[in-house]
Amino acid sequence: MEMTVGEQPGDITLGPVLFNWKPESWRDFYFRIADEAPVTAVYLGETVCSKRAVLFEPYYEAVAERLAAGGKTVVFSTLSEVVLKLDRKQVESTCAATDYLVEANDGSALLALQGRPHHIGPFVNVYNERTLSFLAGKGARNFCLPPEMPATAIRPLCAAAKSLDVSVEVQVFGRIPLALSARCYHARAHGRIKDSCQFVCENDPDGLQLRMLDGRPFLAVNGIQTMSHDYLNLAGELAELHAMGVSRFRLSPHSCDMIEVAAIFRAALDGRMSPSEATARLQALPLGAPFSNGFYYGKPGFSWTAAAAH
Amino acid sequence: MTEGYRRPELVCPAGTPAGLRTAVDAGADAVYCGLQNETNARNFPGLNFTPAELEQSIAYAHARQAKVLLAVNTFPPAGRFELWREAVDTAARLGVDAMIVGDMGVADYAAHSHPQLRLHLSVQAGASSPEAIRFYCQEFGIKRVVLPRILTVPEIADIHSQIPCEIEAFIFGNIGMMAEGRCSLTNYVTGLSTNMDGVCSPAADVRYEEDAARNLTIKLGPCTIDRFAAGESAGYPTICKGRYLCGAQPAGYYAFEEPVSLNLSALLPDLMRAGVTALKIEGRQRSRAYVRAVVSAFRRAVDAIMAGNDPGLAGLLALTEGHRETEGAFGGKTWR
Repeated sequence: MEMTVGEQPGDITLGPVLFNWKPESWRDFYFRIADEAPVTAVYLGETVCSKRAVLFEPYYEAVAERLAAGGKTVVFSTLSEVVLKLDRKQVESTCAATDYLVEANDGSALLALQGRPHHIGPFVNVYNERTLSFLAGKGARNFCLPPEMPATAIRPLCAAAKSLDVSVEVQVFGRIPLALSARCYHARAHGRIKDSCQFVCENDPDGLQLRMLDGRPFLAVNGIQTMSHDYLNLAGELAELHAMGVSRFRLSPHSCDMIEVAAIFRAALDGRMSPSEATARLQALPLGAPFSNGFYYGKPGFSWTAAAAH
Repeated sequence: MTEGYRRPELVCPAGTPAGLRTAVDAGADAVYCGLQNETNARNFPGLNFTPAELEQSIAYAHARQAKVLLAVNTFPPAGRFELWREAVDTAARLGVDAMIVGDMGVADYAAHSHPQLRLHLSVQAGASSPEAIRFYCQEFGIKRVVLPRILTVPEIADIHSQIPCEIEAFIFGNIGMMAEGRCSLTNYVTGLSTNMDGVCSPAADVRYEEDAARNLTIKLGPCTIDRFAAGESAGYPTICKGRYLCGAQPAGYYAFEEPVSLNLSALLPDLMRAGVTALKIEGRQRSRAYVRAVVSAFRRAVDAIMAGNDPGLAGLLALTEGHRETEGAFGGKTWR
C-alpha cells in the first residue's frame, strides 16, 4: 500500500538552485523534479545574485505551475545579501507575491513578510529559542536552520519549535554555504568586477573550485557566495534528526542526478535503505568531492564522522 | 565648509581595562568592549573584561565624559541562552551607555527586560539595507546601526535618509571580506564558530611551518592559507585573506582580498556629510601603543575637520596591516 504524505516520517524538500545554470537547463531541471522527484516542497528563486534573477524570470510561472501540478508545494526564497537598489526591488517584488509562500533570507524580507505566514531561510540567523519564538510571533511557520548548527543546539531548538507549532528544516545534502560578501569572487577570479562580470559564473554549475597552495581542494566559489568543496551528507543522521523533531530535510540542488538523490534520501528516511547503503549510493554519483558532516557533531565542518561510529 | 556637520563620536576599541584607559586618555568619545566569554565577537584569550573590571572602567570613562558600549553581539546557540541573558543583565546593572547586539533573541530579551538600556545594532546583524535596519528599529528600538563594511559612501547617504536611527561606520583597522555575522569559514576549518563562539581564525589553530629553504607556510587548522618565500613578511592567517589556486588563475592568488587594512581617513568629511555620526576604529585585540597612536590621530583629525582645517592623517599608513591600506567598498563600486 502506498503511504500518504501524512504518514511519512518527514518531508524531503528541494532548496533553491544556488548556481547560475543555463536558464533552459534550469527550467528542464525543475520540470523533471516536478514529474519525478519524491519531494514535498520546492524552493524557487535567486538567493545569491540579483543580477542573475532576470535570466530566470521568463520561466518562473511555467516552472511553478508544473511543480504544483506535480503535487509539490512551491515556496519562493528571497535574496540573501541585500544591498543594492536592484537587490531591494527583488526582495520587494518576491515578498509581494500572494499566491505562494515566501522564505525570508535577510532582514528586509522580514520587514516585508511580518504579519503573514512565511518561512525563514538558512541565511537568517536563527540560533536559539528566543529568536525562533520572536520570529514565530511575526508569522514564521518554518525555519531552515543555518548549516553550522550542531546537533546539541538543533535538539533544544526543535523542542521550542514544537511548543510553538512551527516546523524545523535542515539541509542534509549538497555543498554548504559558508559565507556571503558584497564582492563577486567569481568575477575576481577572472579579473573582472561584479558590474562587468559577464555572468562568468555560468561556466561552473556546481561552483568554482579553490585549492590550497599545496593543491588540496578547499572551497567552492559561487558569485558572492563561498561554499564548501565537500558535499554535506546527513543520510546517516536522518533518524536522529527526525527523532529530535526535524520534519523537513533539504537537498541543495547540484548538477548530479537530483531525482536519484531525492529517492535515496526518501528511502533512507523511510527506513527502506540503511544509512551506509544510502551513502554508498550517493558516492556512486559523479560529485568529484568527499562528504562531510562535521558541523552536526560540533567538529570542523569539513570533517566526516561515519554514522555507524557514533 | 563644516556647517551642518554634527560633531561625530569617535568610537574606539578597548580590549582590556588598561586599553580602555589608554583610549579614553587619547581622546575617545566612546569605547567599546566585551565580557570574557563567547558573548562577544572578540572572544580571545587574555582579552576583555570581568564584570568588576567593567564596573571600574565605566567609572573611569564616565569621570572623563566618555561613554562605554558593551558588545554582546554573538549568537547564542539553543540551550545556552543563559550566558547571554546574564551579559545583558550585567550591561543593564552596571549602566553601560549602550549595548551592541547582533542576535534577534538577545535584542528581544534586552528590549523587554531592560527597556531603558540603549541598543545599538551590531555589524554582526548584517543589516545592509534600509528595510532591514527599519525592521530592527521597529522591533527592538535600536538607536544606532553599525553598518557593514560593504557600502559605498553614496549608499550610506542613501540609507541615512531612510532610517530612523544613527549610523556608525568603521573607518580604520581590519577589513573582513565576508559579510559579518554570515561567515562560517572559521568553523568549517577549526570547529569553533565566529557566530556562536566569538572567534575568527583562533590563534590556537594557527601554525607557521618553515622548510629547509626558510619558506614559510601558514596554516589554520589543517588548511594551508598562504606561503611566503624567505624574507617576505607573512600576515596573520585568516581564510578570507589567503592565497589559493583556481583554474582561472595561473598561480596562487588572493581569491577574496589581499592582506590590507581599512583606512578611510581621506573619506572622513564625506562620511560625515553622508550622515555618519559615529566613527568606529576596529582593533580590540591590538596593543595599547597602537590604540594610543590611532585614537590620537583620529582625535586630531576629527577636531581639525570640525574647525575647518586639513585633517592630516598621512602617518596612519605605518599602522595598517602589512603597511597596505584600502578604502574597501567605501571608495566605490569597482571594489566589488
